[in-house]
Amino acid sequence: MRSRAFVHLVVAVAVLVVLPAGAQPRTVRIGFVSTLSGGGAALGQDVLDGFNLALRHLGNRLGGLPVEVLVADDQQNPDVARTAVERMLRRDRVDFMTGIIFSNVLLAVGDLVFGSQTFYISPNAGPSEYAGEQCNFYFLNVAWQNDNMHEAMGHYAQLKRYETAFILAPNYPAGRDALTGFKRYYRGRVIGELYTRLGQLDYSAEIAQIRAAAPTAVYAFYPGAMGVNFIKQYAEAGLLQQIPLLLPGFSADADVIRAVGRPMVGVFNSSHWALELFNPINRRFVEDFRRTYGRIPTLYASQGYDAALALDHGLRAVGGDLSRKAEFRRAILSGFDTTRGRVRFNRNGYPIQNYYLRQVVELPNGEIVNRLRGTIFRNHGDAYVSRCRLP
Amino acid sequence: MPSGFPTALVLEQLLNGLQLGLMLFLLASGLTLVLGIMDVVNLAHGSLYMLGAYFAATLARATGSFWAGVALAVPATAVVGVLLEISVLRQVYTRDHLTQVLATFALILMFNEGVRMIWGPQALLLTVPQELARPVLLLPGLGYSAYRLFLIGVGAGLAALLFLLIHRTRLGMWVRAGASNRAMVQAMGVPIQRVFTVVFGMSAGLCAVAGGLLGPILAVQVGMGEEILILAFVVIVIGGIGSVKGALVGALLVGIVDTAGRALLPPLFMRLLPPEVASNLGPALASILIYLLMAAVLFLRPQGLFPVRT
Repeated sequence: MRSRAFVHLVVAVAVLVVLPAGAQPRTVRIGFVSTLSGGGAALGQDVLDGFNLALRHLGNRLGGLPVEVLVADDQQNPDVARTAVERMLRRDRVDFMTGIIFSNVLLAVGDLVFGSQTFYISPNAGPSEYAGEQCNFYFLNVAWQNDNMHEAMGHYAQLKRYETAFILAPNYPAGRDALTGFKRYYRGRVIGELYTRLGQLDYSAEIAQIRAAAPTAVYAFYPGAMGVNFIKQYAEAGLLQQIPLLLPGFSADADVIRAVGRPMVGVFNSSHWALELFNPINRRFVEDFRRTYGRIPTLYASQGYDAALALDHGLRAVGGDLSRKAEFRRAILSGFDTTRGRVRFNRNGYPIQNYYLRQVVELPNGEIVNRLRGTIFRNHGDAYVSRCRLP
Repeated sequence: MPSGFPTALVLEQLLNGLQLGLMLFLLASGLTLVLGIMDVVNLAHGSLYMLGAYFAATLARATGSFWAGVALAVPATAVVGVLLEISVLRQVYTRDHLTQVLATFALILMFNEGVRMIWGPQALLLTVPQELARPVLLLPGLGYSAYRLFLIGVGAGLAALLFLLIHRTRLGMWVRAGASNRAMVQAMGVPIQRVFTVVFGMSAGLCAVAGGLLGPILAVQVGMGEEILILAFVVIVIGGIGSVKGALVGALLVGIVDTAGRALLPPLFMRLLPPEVASNLGPALASILIYLLMAAVLFLRPQGLFPVRT
């Protein structure tokens, strides 16, 4: 008995020692730092779930190389994120970084990542800072530039000829980008512009001001739990029936709908992605996401999925050779197939793509989802690219 | 913004402040008693509030009734509170505050992670009950949320009940005595340990009331306790540690100053300053207003407004 156990042990050790030294190809290490706790947790979790689903669809390989994903929670805190990113770059020596949700967090770690000549594939945060003069060779965004979704809703408000608008957002880089984007296309009068504290939970004071100002329409950018609270309280104050609430897709996606429920039915919002976009990648993504995680995917989940597709496409183009960085970047910029169809990129690393109008509807089976209602922008880029000096 | 501050806006803000204040009181009263009687800094107080909200949302779905959900969440959370007291807090009474902060901070992490494991990272749906999901017309042009009016009613009712309990019953007498001088009370033969367990369970129950009732207007989500816990601490520091009256006054002050600041400062600055400056300065100043209030109170009365210990 004893000698048999010993033989087993020897065999096991031999296998452990020999296998990695054998024909095993190099592993790609991905540093995934994201918001996985607090009010933005659902967003980070969706990006991570989408990313993991794509990896599974790709057979746990990116460009033919086996993958290892290291996950860390930034707690929506720039300091915590900096520590985690530093550790992943220095100690874990990751090959790529991705995952950050909030622009203020990304802006706090960008110099670290770029400085170590590591590509950052953004599945969400798209600050204007990295789109213009400070654009960077190592920055690629598979989602959008922060202003884009809001530009679409500003354009929509303009098409609807809403005379006056009251606009609100949290006071952080993406919040300021959001309202700048809205105002870039809305030509009516903005009679109130408020920046609230990031993470605020009670919006009664802001809602009272909206009521007093009596605008024709309200535009509010609130991601995650902030959006859930704002919309609930707006509805519960009886304003949803009186003043149309326009939202970017962030504040009207499956995560928010799930928490707010029926009051959201009828609300219009903008998005670069929709559940029913008709292409094989999206169909497989939506169906498998629902089956695997038991919930409707959000645009965040689609972005996580697309981030993995971008890595796969880039690594395939360089034959898994991580040193061919210029080629890797060029391959991604020239475009690849995503959940939104084929997407190309500007030289600043931000996408050129369509933005759609969606409306929240209740299906006959009682499910509340977004439905495509039209296309607001076709092949829309961002307003900052002309100031980017990358080739 | 129309000229002047319309009465409707001011009235709405007062009601908002009152509602926020009374809900804060439900949290702060338990926190202040626990800190006052046993000298325990319990950071996990916010976790009990979160747990109460999750219980309410889950039980409301299971029973199909919002009221049943909240009503059942209160004893459930109280039981968790008592178990927590017996298993963890008892070990750290005699330790210094730093140990207590570390222990209860660890509890926050465990509660958050536990809730995430059981309920998932997404926010839970808890809606305002049908019969209160409509505005009540208070003034022409001012429809105020029926649900928030109901919150004001419940908050005021529970505050009154708590005062009767603290000032008119034997348990209340022990609690007050325990808060002002625990050693003496113990020497007089009061079972202070048992009193504390009861108080801790009760404060957990009050957390569940606040969590369950605020669930429909705030979000039921992981980490919801931390944000409000900070406000609750501000309240008890202003009011004076261990004093329920202080908690009430402090909570109302914080509630009204916070909402009034957010509603009235930005439009005021808009009129005085260029819009770019105003849109940054207004909200920034509004969000630090309660901390300024706290600093001012501490400067004038370092023990808080209604100090218990002499």
